Amino acid sequence: MIGYAVLAAALCMPFALPSGFAVSVAVQTLFTAFIAQAWNIAGGYGGLTSFGHAVFFGTGAYVSTIFQQRFGFNAWLGLPLGALAGGMVGTVMGWLAFRAGLRGSYFALVTLAFAEAFRILANSIEITRGGLGMLIRLDQRFANFQFADRRVWYAIALGLCALAFGTALWLERSRFGARLMAVRENEDAARALGVDVLSVKVRTLALSGAFAAMGGVFYAQYYLYIDPPIAFGVEKSVEMLLAAMIGGAGTVWGPLVGSVVLHVLADTTRHFFQVPGIAPMLYGVVLVLIVGFLPQGLIGLWPRLVRARHA
Amino acid sequence: MPPTDIILPALANGVLTGGVYALVALGLTLIYGVLHIINFAHGSLLMLAMYGAYFAFTQASIDPYLALPLLAAAMGAVGYAMYRFVVGPFSHGDDRNILLVTLGCAVIIDNLALALFKGDSRTIETPYSFEVIELGTMFLSMPRVISFAVAIVICAALALLIARTDLGRAIRAVAKERTGARLVGIDVEKIFAASYAIGIATLGAAACLLLPTFYVSPSVGNAFVLVAFTIVVLGGMGSFVGAMLGGVIVGVTESLGGLFLGEALGQIGISLIFIAILLLRPTGLFGQKA
Repeated sequence: MIGYAVLAAALCMPFALPSGFAVSVAVQTLFTAFIAQAWNIAGGYGGLTSFGHAVFFGTGAYVSTIFQQRFGFNAWLGLPLGALAGGMVGTVMGWLAFRAGLRGSYFALVTLAFAEAFRILANSIEITRGGLGMLIRLDQRFANFQFADRRVWYAIALGLCALAFGTALWLERSRFGARLMAVRENEDAARALGVDVLSVKVRTLALSGAFAAMGGVFYAQYYLYIDPPIAFGVEKSVEMLLAAMIGGAGTVWGPLVGSVVLHVLADTTRHFFQVPGIAPMLYGVVLVLIVGFLPQGLIGLWPRLVRARHA
Repeated sequence: MPPTDIILPALANGVLTGGVYALVALGLTLIYGVLHIINFAHGSLLMLAMYGAYFAFTQASIDPYLALPLLAAAMGAVGYAMYRFVVGPFSHGDDRNILLVTLGCAVIIDNLALALFKGDSRTIETPYSFEVIELGTMFLSMPRVISFAVAIVICAALALLIARTDLGRAIRAVAKERTGARLVGIDVEKIFAASYAIGIATLGAAACLLLPTFYVSPSVGNAFVLVAFTIVVLGGMGSFVGAMLGGVIVGVTESLGGLFLGEALGQIGISLIFIAILLLRPTGLFGQKA
């Protein structure tokens, strides 16, 4: 209970701060936590280790930007439209991959290939302006889903996180979540108990894809620019996976913990080294160490800490 | 439809590029065949080897072709150490862990290179970089012809090593039946490390063959990762012949794709082949059922 109170207090903190650097960091941290949770729904709870979640992220970013800039849709509609598109990509990709029986490394590879195919497509067709990327016209009004005050961005990010983390909580408590985790632990046993394995996996990937796509919409509105490598590049896929794995895949709060750790690491190293690459290199080191020594992620330390305090 | 005097050279160039692709993929397929793991650090290690060849040329003025045996040996050592001290111990033999550990290694190596060498692309200029061989109406780049020939020789040598030597026999035994291999006294962990080392050593060779015609940058590995995976999957995981043939098919697809669909969209052919093979025939052309 105390844990939740501290968490709530920490999450409300930025509203009390002036709209500045600290709030930007908070927005970016929540944003990473959100897309990491999107990954975690499939990769953690479902054991569907994806190396190409950028395919959803980029789809969301491009769909919302194209509808807004080309067809004059209201920017807010980007969120449902992007989520729908991400869900559809997830459904198609999941149906193809899982029907073919791909799992483990093969599934990771096929997601990577989808992201790459989408990147090349976005890079070469006219409607996305190819490699030039797309700019969203700066016009900071609430109706345009653009805000001058970073605390509003923070509130939006917090809202998105509430949705994604709520979904993770629901997975832990619902029948659907129980089926999903049964499939993750032992597919054949789950099938023998009457679980429709294909449908559970496809729906999970669609759900995860919809959230990742909303992350893409948020990104496009926040930075007002999107191009093929940002949208579909390996970096975003790895960022989502890293935060979730480091914090603890298949747990509700893992993605948040992982995201905080990544951003603290990034900001501290930026302070000491002015060369690019140091922070991401450390992410890699942390990932290897976590896989080696803390398979449950940093959140796995929590019960030990609690026990140590009571002992 | 472009006339044949454009298609033919494109075809020839595709085959030539395919030779080096095959070499890169050969290491990957060997590692997969023995360890049943997908080495996500493959592209990054190739990048590392290319920097090795680059500095050997610029700092010590050693020609890339002469540096080849040296660099192959050095990369073999890197691969051995990486498996013995990182991939093996940190993954506890679990499939998903190996995937994540090699991904972590890729992230580390890529960003280390970015921090050390900066992000810009570098090229070297050898006296023969722009030499061409005239073949009928075609002009073929000399370094590409050489790299193709050398790649074929190395592939053949590797196939012999696997087929004829004791080490090769042990590798095949471990690939087929781990427990059985252990029972007859083979040190399985050692064979794992040796296979990984050989797989990475081929990258040292590939790097030397690529450098005269290709640029090197910290992200150059990404250009090869998906290509190499495609070849391996296309040829059948663990199949040598498959990797060779797959390399040529992918090289030609890329070259013709660029010709018919344009430079930008042409690359999509590789991803599409890859997805189609994974979905329709995951065992590839020459792979055995798992």
